Amino acid sequence: MKKAFPILAVLTALLLAYAFYEAIWVAPTERTMGDVQRIFYYHVPSAWTAFLLFFVNFVASVTYLARRNPKADAVALVSAEVGVVFCTVVLVTGPIWARPVWGIWWTWDLRLTLTLVLWLIYVSYLILRRFSDSAQTPKLAAVLAIFGALDVPLVYFSIWFFRTQHPQPVIGGGGSIDPVMLHILLINWLAFSCFALLVCWARYRLEVLKRDVEEAEALESLLEVGPRGSKAKIPFSGGPQ
Amino acid sequence: MNATRYLYAAYVATWLIHCVYIGSLARRYRALRQRMKDLGKSTR
Amino acid sequence: MKLWPVTLATLAKDIRLEWRSKDALNSMLFFSLLVVVIFSFSFDPTAEESRQIAGGLVWVAFLFSTIVALNQTWARELRNQVLDAYRASPAPANALFLAKAIGNFILVSLLEAVMAPLFMVFYNLRILGTAWQLIPVCVLGTWALVASGTFFAAMSIRTRMREVMLPLILFPLSIPAIQSMVEATRIILSGDGSPRFWIVLLLTYDVVFTTACLALFETVLQAE
Repeated sequence: MKKAFPILAVLTALLLAYAFYEAIWVAPTERTMGDVQRIFYYHVPSAWTAFLLFFVNFVASVTYLARRNPKADAVALVSAEVGVVFCTVVLVTGPIWARPVWGIWWTWDLRLTLTLVLWLIYVSYLILRRFSDSAQTPKLAAVLAIFGALDVPLVYFSIWFFRTQHPQPVIGGGGSIDPVMLHILLINWLAFSCFALLVCWARYRLEVLKRDVEEAEALESLLEVGPRGSKAKIPFSGGPQ
Repeated sequence: MNATRYLYAAYVATWLIHCVYIGSLARRYRALRQRMKDLGKSTR
Repeated sequence: MKLWPVTLATLAKDIRLEWRSKDALNSMLFFSLLVVVIFSFSFDPTAEESRQIAGGLVWVAFLFSTIVALNQTWARELRNQVLDAYRASPAPANALFLAKAIGNFILVSLLEAVMAPLFMVFYNLRILGTAWQLIPVCVLGTWALVASGTFFAAMSIRTRMREVMLPLILFPLSIPAIQSMVEATRIILSGDGSPRFWIVLLLTYDVVFTTACLALFETVLQAE
């Protein structure tokens, strides 16, 4: 399994390079926005990947509450963290795209606002995880993740209706998309999905190592008796020898 | 075209964010590996 | 044990305790007054634009007061190990949640009853739309903040920095509710259109979140 990682990393790098080439050189230039529109090929796949990761977080959280499986909790943490990273990319590339096209940095555009709210919810999730006691963290975090998931459709509808009352420019353009552009968009999405998978895998391995270290430290403090430097092992069966 | 620098900025920003995150993962991994080694030595 | 008798008993206990000392009530009333005054200094009440944003200002002020009220919800229980006793008792966990939520609802409604007239006075607000529609907006909006707030307050007592944790968790999740309250109030005050969509969205938010709170409170209470 571990051997596969470097191979997949190289393949993903090649796929990303190919997707980049397609986006910059092969894709047709958009009529109204010009070359700036090529940000689209990074902005949209990042958004889709972030939403997918948050969905994974929801499923993992429900699984954890149902089965109390610590692996599910690790998956929830990993998907939330990597999801926030991709979400940050969306929130940064969105305004960079909006500025030359519309002259403003931000619009309360549906996708961008929804992404902002999701970013806020999952950052608060990560902060909760960091500041709670490790025994209850998985349970509390899973509960919060469920609330987050329930909130998403409500956020969507509230922003959607607000926008019908107060129309704003749409980042990303509405309407139908040219088939060649769609093809290149999908290639970029595939590349970024593979990349996200690799990053999640790396983060998961880090989490496993972190938990192993914590367990080893707890074991060590159990075995230590007396002042530092004089360790008398308490004899007990089942300990590491 | 003037707007092209925004295109570069967006692509650079994307990879910068990803690299910072992966860099932090690598740093944390190294620190944990070190702690694991230290623990291994002290329990001997 | 049955749900409602326990809920009402717990609620009665909380109200009785609060009524005897009036600690929380007095400090929160004064806090609410301060908030109204500071907002009046910050956002010129005489300007025409202020009428447009008055709906938002009122609800932001209510939100701050609600956070202050929520933060002390579980303080008494923590100090006297009531939560441990509750976990060991056969009483349903939801009874505790409902009692706290309803208690907070009464407290925050009292605060709103004091702050709203002050806002009307300082900002010279006139209700140009249908006034009675403000009642469902207030009731549903207050319940939205108080129900989720009571639940997240219970979650945040198990964290470090518990007073900061509550708004950190509550605010992002309350965004659709806050937007609905603000928009509905703005529409009713300016008489410009119908607030029906926002009231329905608030009602949906309340139903979804209250159900989730009732379903998950046992888990949070047992988290040890």
